[in-house]
Amino acid sequence: MNRALLFIPLAVFFAMGVLFWIGIGKENKDVLPSPLIGKPFPEFAAQALESGTGVSADSLLGQPMLVNVWATWCPTCKAEHAFLNTLAEQGIRIIGINYKDDDFKAKQWLTAYGNPYEFNVSDPEGKLGLDLGVYGAPETFLVDGDGIIRAKHVGDLNPRVWEKLKPQFDAMQ
Amino acid sequence: MKSLLLLSWLLFSGAALAVVEGHKYPFDNQHDTERFNQLAEDLRCPKCQNQNLADSNAPVARDMRDKVYELMQQGKSDDEVVGYMVDRYGDFVRYKPPMRLETFLLWFGPLILFALGLVLLIAVRPKSTQRQTATGSEPLTADEQAKLERLKAAAKPSSEESQKS
Amino acid sequence: MNLQAIAPEFGQLALILALVLAAFQSIVPLVGVRARREWLMAYARPLATGQAVFLLVSLAALTYSFLVDDFSVAYVAANSNTALPTPYKVSAVWGAHEGSLLLWVAMLGCWGLAVAWFSSSLPLTMVARVLSIMGMISVGFILFTLETSNPFERILPSAPAEGADLNPLLQDFGLIVHPPTLYMGYVGLSVAFAFALAALMGGRLDAAWARWSRPWTVAAWIFLTLGIALGSWWAYYELGWGGWWFWDPVENASLMPWLVATALIHSLAVTEKRGLFKSWTVLLAIFAFSLSLLGTFLVRSGVLTSVHAFASDPERGVFILALLGICVGGSLLLYALKAPTVASVGRYDWVSRESALLANNLVLMVAALAVLLGTLYPLVIDFLGMGKISVGAAWFNTMFVPLSVLLSLLIGMGAISRWKSDRIERIRKELMAVFIASLLLGFATPIIKASEMNWQVVMGMTVGIWVIAASLWDMWKKARGQLSRVPKLGLSYLGMIIAHIGVGISVIGVTMVANYSLEKSVRMAPGESAEFGGYRFEFVEAGHIEGPNYTSEATRFNVYDGDRLIDVMTPEKRRYTARGTVMTEAEIDVTLLRDVYVSMGEPLENGAWGMRLQVKPFMRWVWLGSLFMSLGGLLAMLDKRYRRKQTVAKTANQQPGAMKEQTV
Repeated sequence: MNRALLFIPLAVFFAMGVLFWIGIGKENKDVLPSPLIGKPFPEFAAQALESGTGVSADSLLGQPMLVNVWATWCPTCKAEHAFLNTLAEQGIRIIGINYKDDDFKAKQWLTAYGNPYEFNVSDPEGKLGLDLGVYGAPETFLVDGDGIIRAKHVGDLNPRVWEKLKPQFDAMQ
Repeated sequence: MKSLLLLSWLLFSGAALAVVEGHKYPFDNQHDTERFNQLAEDLRCPKCQNQNLADSNAPVARDMRDKVYELMQQGKSDDEVVGYMVDRYGDFVRYKPPMRLETFLLWFGPLILFALGLVLLIAVRPKSTQRQTATGSEPLTADEQAKLERLKAAAKPSSEESQKS
Repeated sequence: MNLQAIAPEFGQLALILALVLAAFQSIVPLVGVRARREWLMAYARPLATGQAVFLLVSLAALTYSFLVDDFSVAYVAANSNTALPTPYKVSAVWGAHEGSLLLWVAMLGCWGLAVAWFSSSLPLTMVARVLSIMGMISVGFILFTLETSNPFERILPSAPAEGADLNPLLQDFGLIVHPPTLYMGYVGLSVAFAFALAALMGGRLDAAWARWSRPWTVAAWIFLTLGIALGSWWAYYELGWGGWWFWDPVENASLMPWLVATALIHSLAVTEKRGLFKSWTVLLAIFAFSLSLLGTFLVRSGVLTSVHAFASDPERGVFILALLGICVGGSLLLYALKAPTVASVGRYDWVSRESALLANNLVLMVAALAVLLGTLYPLVIDFLGMGKISVGAAWFNTMFVPLSVLLSLLIGMGAISRWKSDRIERIRKELMAVFIASLLLGFATPIIKASEMNWQVVMGMTVGIWVIAASLWDMWKKARGQLSRVPKLGLSYLGMIIAHIGVGISVIGVTMVANYSLEKSVRMAPGESAEFGGYRFEFVEAGHIEGPNYTSEATRFNVYDGDRLIDVMTPEKRRYTARGTVMTEAEIDVTLLRDVYVSMGEPLENGAWGMRLQVKPFMRWVWLGSLFMSLGGLLAMLDKRYRRKQTVAKTANQQPGAMKEQTV
């Protein structure tokens, strides 16, 4: 038997070792890639939180935007809220989805902490959230003016994350 | 091929366990209850640490279970229900991995390994006509042969294990 | 002198001393072998003994800190509580990463101690090499513990007044027995590993080496079998859902070394008996321990997601990966360089015991590799940027079940086959009747049980009954029909028969449970009854219980079989005060033929509860099988040929170059 064959287990192990080495360094292993990238924003019919008027996917069209999924029961959402306010001040269009929440509490919350949203979609049963593949607030989608989802970020928005997302957002203009 | 795989899957999946809060999801026949339980077992909670929809208490798992129930009431098939979830959450939520080019090695790997192993076993069988020397040493010298005979003789009383494994 | 204050310091010091001794143990005996100085080689035993003693002292010190509620020790503060019942304070020692690692190295030390004390029949060079290698592994792991996972780190000067409590999921008998047993198995495979490397180093790979290795391998295998069974049993009653195997990465991490160790035991049989497959057996020994180490890596590095995983940390991950690299990479390199390439003398027919055992190895290896493939594939896909997939029970069962069926078929035939040369007609003649009987019973089972055909059940039952029947048939024939002759058949043979019967029992258990479990989720209020699975469940009352470190909502159920009250069950829903976690405590009525499993789901309005009722036929058989397997292994291990002092070996030792080929 060829001695070279005996090196096969070692070679296989080496390949596995490389795999693990890559794996250890990886951040955000629990983040799921979204299958909605490149697809149009899902159809929905709901009420706007602030005004109570009906809104649908058409209400989103026109300008590129961030669609931010949040709730009052979500502590991380509170943490990112200040940053959302600064983004809104820079003129960035942010639409909110109030996910599995209470309308009254949500309105109170926005009054207390500021409202960076052009408007909020009220999603008390999480139906829109399910269609968007939401599994934990906060989550933010980058959607272009034609209503196509271009990117998704799971977790809070902060300056460090925005550094990576901003180029993608600008490209949508 | 697909039906063969489906057959093997059906052949090797057992009866499904009931789901958390199962009483919330009544069906009017046992077959549908089992379908529901099986779907809940085959779908993964996107947020939990490796739990299926049947065992998880997470809010998103509950929402997904409710949706599965709703879809089943609408008459959707198993494939359609799973497809619905995959469209929104990705392949991650299926415990049965999809059959695609990148998962070819996954589905056929064991079979390929088995075949390779079989080939290897046949190839390395000692041939009856060849005479090969044993591990790393030359044939015995006369002296060594004599020593071997002495050792064998000394060991004889203890070697009565002809049928032992 | 305040013992409480300095015990952790003692513990850490003992660990450091153990490291020093392990370092000497790695080097000195090998130097002795190289320089042919017996007095240097002789240091191996005392060094191993000393190392084990210090490791046990270290473990004792940590245990002491738990028992006296010393929350100045960070690990104790994170995993204990003054209200924690005492037995759990002890088991909390290995309840999280740092402590369990200390347990791991302590057990490695103990196995080294055992090798040192029970190796009188081995040549000194072998002992020196084996203990040296084990010493190296110790050095790696003790260093890892001290550097990244020190259980003795202290929170001074302001120690917390109260601890964070042990994870409620772990406050259970299962934690007391499952990890220590499992670790004994994982770590025990290092002995077979060390023997294999020693044989490679010494250039002496023969039947004698196989005979020395075998009892140690079987011992580790027994612990691993029991450890896995305990884990499954624990998950079953603790988690509250009635599941007993999830193909979770951490579970797979224990199954893989077990499969390879099983293959190893069988391969060693061939090497011991006929001097064949030497190179392969050595490789298997390396694989088995490598998979143990891989398991350790997977569970503690955070590379895989699992409910079982310890807290993950990239720094630790890198260290273990380095350990893995050195141990596994080094041993595989040694193998590639020094394993024999020339095949052994000795032929065997297509139909022979050797062939059957080769087939056994093939099936077990493919099974182990399949589990590895399924566990790691999501990682590969993810790291190659091809998205995220999940591989779960559906896939694993599809691969594993046919292999198990094949293996079971082989057991019946292989165990009666003859060495070197056999004839298929002889085997067929011997076993045809048994096979047909098994087939008939297999077909009968689904008809009798459920009045409808179920091919899975036919297959599983046929094969399970076949294994048991073929084994018993062979034993009966060998004993020539006389019960009194059975004990005389030899421990090794009886061990094999009992272990194989264990496999059959487990297969039957799994087949029945997987196909005929009944469950029902039902809303019940006090006073209501539910009919299910042939039993009537009467909800007598609900109440509130104050436990030592929890409060609980309990319910009482009377369970009737017809008019006969068979059990009063009190499942609970507990809320543990310190961490606020809620645990489902299920109640199980156990008989040999079925489990009745009652657990509480969610509270509903008006004092009602969503109850989960289950009837699981033959559930106990799943674990009973592993008890039989372990017993079989124990008997085989105790066979007197392993305990005989080898004077022949000693004289042979002094003549390097003499060939030793067993023909028995």
